[in-house]
Amino acid sequence: MLNIIWAAIMLVSVICGIATGRIGDVSNAALDSGRQAVELCISLLGSICFWSGIMKIAEKSGLTAIIGKLCRPLMRLLFPGLRADSHAAGAITMNMSANLLGLGDAATPLGIEAMKGLQEINPDKSTVSSHMVTFIVMNTASIQLLPTTIAAVRAEHGAASPMDILPAVLLSSVCSLAVGLAVAALGNVSCSRRQRLKLQKQAP
Amino acid sequence: MTDISIYIIPSVIALFIAAGLVWRINVFDSFIDGAKSGIPTIISVVPTLVGLITAVEMFKASGALDMITSALLPVTNLIGLPAEAVPMALLRPISGSGSIALLNSILGTCGPDTFAGRTASVLCGASETTFYTISVYCGAVGIKKTRHILAASLISDASSAFFSALAVRIFFG
Repeated sequence: MLNIIWAAIMLVSVICGIATGRIGDVSNAALDSGRQAVELCISLLGSICFWSGIMKIAEKSGLTAIIGKLCRPLMRLLFPGLRADSHAAGAITMNMSANLLGLGDAATPLGIEAMKGLQEINPDKSTVSSHMVTFIVMNTASIQLLPTTIAAVRAEHGAASPMDILPAVLLSSVCSLAVGLAVAALGNVSCSRRQRLKLQKQAP
Repeated sequence: MTDISIYIIPSVIALFIAAGLVWRINVFDSFIDGAKSGIPTIISVVPTLVGLITAVEMFKASGALDMITSALLPVTNLIGLPAEAVPMALLRPISGSGSIALLNSILGTCGPDTFAGRTASVLCGASETTFYTISVYCGAVGIKKTRHILAASLISDASSAFFSALAVRIFFG
């Protein structure tokens, strides 16, 4: 995906630069941007290390498990019929709390565990189950309690209060997650109705 | 809002450290352990960022970005998204490092405390790399028939552009 997009951006830039007569600027951008990228990484290094450290404390002190427990009523609502003591349910709550804490590296393996657990109870192994749809949509609209990397980039550009966007980030991510889950639920309902009709036809 | 937000970071740090002490873990060792994992994370992202920031800057310099944003102006005006934040809405579902690169560029041009700068930041924080997530999770269990996952995720991403601009208007007037 990124392969095509990156190539397209580069080629369009050169062609468009020639067409608009701004090829000099394009050339400068090509020569100078590498330095910008490394400078950005160096300025982010400190804050990424710091927050990885703080989040490790949260992880080890069992805070992720507490968030998992708080998520339980939500789990029953979002995954009807999934047993709370199942392996999949455990992995889903852990994945949710890792996402909330912004532990991207921890969230992905847990999410894969959850998918494997859901696949075991999936009646049709070649197609995603309704639970999987809900779970993946939740992950694509991930809610993070502290957007630390974004705050670091904002601080780098001299924001007066880099974290002041937090309430807006939370509001926006909750609303867009709700939209995603609503579409997922609508699709799940219509799919299961279609499957039921198909089964009724097969067994007259 | 600014008054409350300056308390968030220190309170979270205090809360986590206090929790660590209550559960009797070695908080400093845990901190060092976690902080160490930040170094390979950032080093591994350097080549990606060099590639993507160069692409974004060249694209901007060539004037192509201005053309796309002005072409999309009718749509973005409708949902209240500032023109400068439009590229973020397009790139966010595709690439995580790419959107950090883009955020860096947008904040450099508009400033972090402007409407466009804030909207781009909120948009960057409020959504995820949709295509990557779907392909990793479905790939992990070998499923190719994804039903309505992509539709639901992309509708959610599109709504995120609308909600981000709206949220910035609500909290920063």
